[in-house]
Amino acid sequence: MTGQDRSLALQAQVLAAYSQGNALTIQGGNSKTWYGNHLNSIQGETLFLAEHSGILNYEPSELVITARAGTRLSDIEASLTAEKQCLAFEPPHFAATATLGGTIACNFSGSARPYLGAARDFVLGCKLLNGKGEILQFGGQVMKNVAGYDVSRLMAGALGTLGVLLEISLRVLPKPETELTLVKALTAKELLQQANAYARLPLPLTACAYVNGQAYLRLSGSAGSVKQAATLIGGEALLEPESFWLSLREQQLRFFQTEQALWRLSVPADTGVLALEGETIYDWGGALCWLVSDLDPSIIREAVSQVGGHASLFRPSTRQTQTTTNSFQPLSPELLRYHRKLKQAFDPKGILNPNRLYNGL
Amino acid sequence: MSSLSFQPDRNLLIRALQAIRPQPLILTKPEELKPYECDGLSAYRKLPLIVVLPDTIEQVQSILKICHAQKVPVVARGAGTGLSGGALPHEQGILLSLAKFTKILDINPERRTATVQPGVRNLAITQAVDHLGLYYAPDPSSQIACTIGGNVAENSGGVHCLKYGLTVHNILQIKLVTIEGELLTIGSHSLDSPGYDFLALMTGSEGMLGIIVEVTVKLLPKPERVQVLLAAFDDVIKAGAAVGAIISAGIIPAGLEMMDGPAIQAAEAFAHAGYPTEAAAILLCELDGTNAEVSEQLMRVHDILVSSDATEVRTAKDAQEAAIFWKGRKSAFPAVGRLSPDYYCMDGTIPRKHLPQVLQSINEFSKEFGLAVANVFHAGDGNLHPLILFDANQPGELERAEAFGGKILELCVTVGGTITGEHGVGMEKINQMCAQFNSLELSQFHAVKAAFDPEGLLNPGKAIPTLQRCAEFGAMHVHQGQLPHAELERF
Ligand SMILES: Cc1cc2nc3c(=O)[nH]c(=O)nc-3n(C[C@H](O)[C@H](O)[C@H](O)COP(=O)(O)OP(=O)(O)OC[C@H]3O[C@@H](n4cnc5c(N)ncnc54)[C@H](O)[C@@H]3O)c2cc1C
Repeated sequence: MTGQDRSLALQAQVLAAYSQGNALTIQGGNSKTWYGNHLNSIQGETLFLAEHSGILNYEPSELVITARAGTRLSDIEASLTAEKQCLAFEPPHFAATATLGGTIACNFSGSARPYLGAARDFVLGCKLLNGKGEILQFGGQVMKNVAGYDVSRLMAGALGTLGVLLEISLRVLPKPETELTLVKALTAKELLQQANAYARLPLPLTACAYVNGQAYLRLSGSAGSVKQAATLIGGEALLEPESFWLSLREQQLRFFQTEQALWRLSVPADTGVLALEGETIYDWGGALCWLVSDLDPSIIREAVSQVGGHASLFRPSTRQTQTTTNSFQPLSPELLRYHRKLKQAFDPKGILNPNRLYNGL
Repeated sequence: MSSLSFQPDRNLLIRALQAIRPQPLILTKPEELKPYECDGLSAYRKLPLIVVLPDTIEQVQSILKICHAQKVPVVARGAGTGLSGGALPHEQGILLSLAKFTKILDINPERRTATVQPGVRNLAITQAVDHLGLYYAPDPSSQIACTIGGNVAENSGGVHCLKYGLTVHNILQIKLVTIEGELLTIGSHSLDSPGYDFLALMTGSEGMLGIIVEVTVKLLPKPERVQVLLAAFDDVIKAGAAVGAIISAGIIPAGLEMMDGPAIQAAEAFAHAGYPTEAAAILLCELDGTNAEVSEQLMRVHDILVSSDATEVRTAKDAQEAAIFWKGRKSAFPAVGRLSPDYYCMDGTIPRKHLPQVLQSINEFSKEFGLAVANVFHAGDGNLHPLILFDANQPGELERAEAFGGKILELCVTVGGTITGEHGVGMEKINQMCAQFNSLELSQFHAVKAAFDPEGLLNPGKAIPTLQRCAEFGAMHVHQGQLPHAELERF
């Protein structure tokens, strides 16, 4: 075991902030600082998690890994790779310094998400510091656990506003024996239709994206089943599939190098092509659309909510010096009310990453 | 924290409920209330003040508004198959049955979703989408009877959750009525939703945070092929090691179940599945997927079982034989029920590597309490169902069975596991919650509860113990050497 336990020092800092009612900005590897609301942000002191690191327990035959929140995602993935296992939700890193805590707090998941699950689906338990500086532990290291409310899964995607993640246990899965990515020349509309049709069949499909006028379908599993499915799907085998999926996940494709705003649209699987002005990439078999556009946020949000989805401003336009838009789709008044009450239950003085998710949270 | 005693005016309550238009079915006579006195854990029984059976969401909203205004406890009930007393009525409250909500509202093959009312039975969903080649994956053994609302409230699992996950992994959206009568839509038909993951919070919340009135589930394509292997062992520990070996080989079976000698014998006498009754343990391993994948895995699992010292390995020849292999396992509870007037089903989960140690301790406890035990496990995910045999008509036996069960659960916590894998805390495991969580953690749970139900009207006294109760129970979890809330009186 490497790394160090900084939980008592972190606790002391939260306790001090709590007693003063001062805001804290939680920072892991500083790889996703741009993500989330920066409108009305109250920075306060920074709570540095990166040094609170180390893998605490990893037993491949139990399919579980437990690590401190500041552990680098790359260290975790290296340990898993050595045992032919993986984080099946394929989290993006966005920088080499990305930590486990930040990954879970953002609930970021890669292309396998519709087929294997999101980060939140793999969370088994966590240790956290709430806004009162109390160290609490929920869930555990076993897959089936229904004792008490599922607080650990609740932390996924909460952007640190409900608690400072200290330790996280995740379920891990064996790496697939074989992978094959097929490329097909299709229109976006054709691919999105096919993606849904394939998802209704028992195929080992683990990714389906539409990038630059090409359809990419990934198959993972035993050699025989991948081969069988490839015959059915057709198309050509992609030569360097890993670098393709990596460049999509890490947003290294040219598409993402833009001055315009980058929107993340999460929509029902059968939505099809969205009639919104701008450049698009589809992932998740059509359930995720990346949109580069200068359209007015309210137009995007309205169009997406019409189809039952939601739009996040993933990266604001670099042409604007000041952000004027909330990152996340506004909640209904009733839901917002319960969000506030829940925030109050974990962080009564509102000191943890205030306003990062929504104003007032 | 709210108190657990309530003094509603029954007549006033009935009058208010009768004024709802259209009027929901209201049951008030003792003989009408009787069928609702317990759930699947029949050791606990209570009559509610009134039973109400609404069939529209608006009625549920009206009922909750009335209960909120009159400070009346509300206990939700699906099919009442719960095994932890979660749907046990409150004597001063209403029992809100969702049994009339049995409509399948929408099946969307493109999206691979079904939207159903909460009283729809688990198996009915799969049956309704069978013709599309789809199914709903979580399959509790009670699936012919239990409701999807109850499944969400308990975050139920099943034989196939090793590969396909629990209820929380297989739902997209719920509609929930709060104690104030507000209707919330939680989650969406997209794969994620903005804001906090209320869907995860509500799943497994045991009727404590709101009433689920609609559920949208994900559907999966039926696998091309399913194969079942049965392996016998002369030693439970070898069977446990075989489970680890299969998973270490990178194979995630669709199901991986284990039974010990007493459970095998009971199941065989009941179901005539052809189980090797002299075995100390059997494993049932189900593989599913594409034809090619299943063929490859079948060979590998067979080899692993043989090299793990199985005394016998059988592969089901066809679907019929596979069904027979499963029949014994699926009827294990009723089969054990025939051995003894009563049995008590435990539900702890442990990290699998501790299986030998935990089994040995269970055997020792069995001698200590003088009660026999048969063990059935969801071995792949470490979820144990020890079935403790007793006779409630013998004075003291129920208490001994409960004490025995309590010790098993505390042991599960000690080895890094949990007191409940899938049946929920309910009324039954409320004391063991004090062993798993310290008072700060319990207080955090109470704060979550208060965010949705500050007066504690939804399912009072269940799932999360009061700190006072834990102090009385005396098993307060001591964290890092400090006794939390030292100011609290301990009796
Ligand atoms: C023979 C047998 C085998 C079983 N096997 C399994 C198994 O393999 N896996 C497993 O996980 N469980 C199993 N169970 C337990 C039980 O079937 C599950 O917990 C099931 O989900 C309960 O569903 P129900 O509709 O019967 O709910 P109930 O028992 O009626 O209620 C359960 C809890 O949910 C709450 N509730 C019910 N409906 C709602 C609603 N609409 N809104 C809010 N709260 C609600 C109740 O208040 C209660 O707390 C088994 C039970 C039996 C009897």
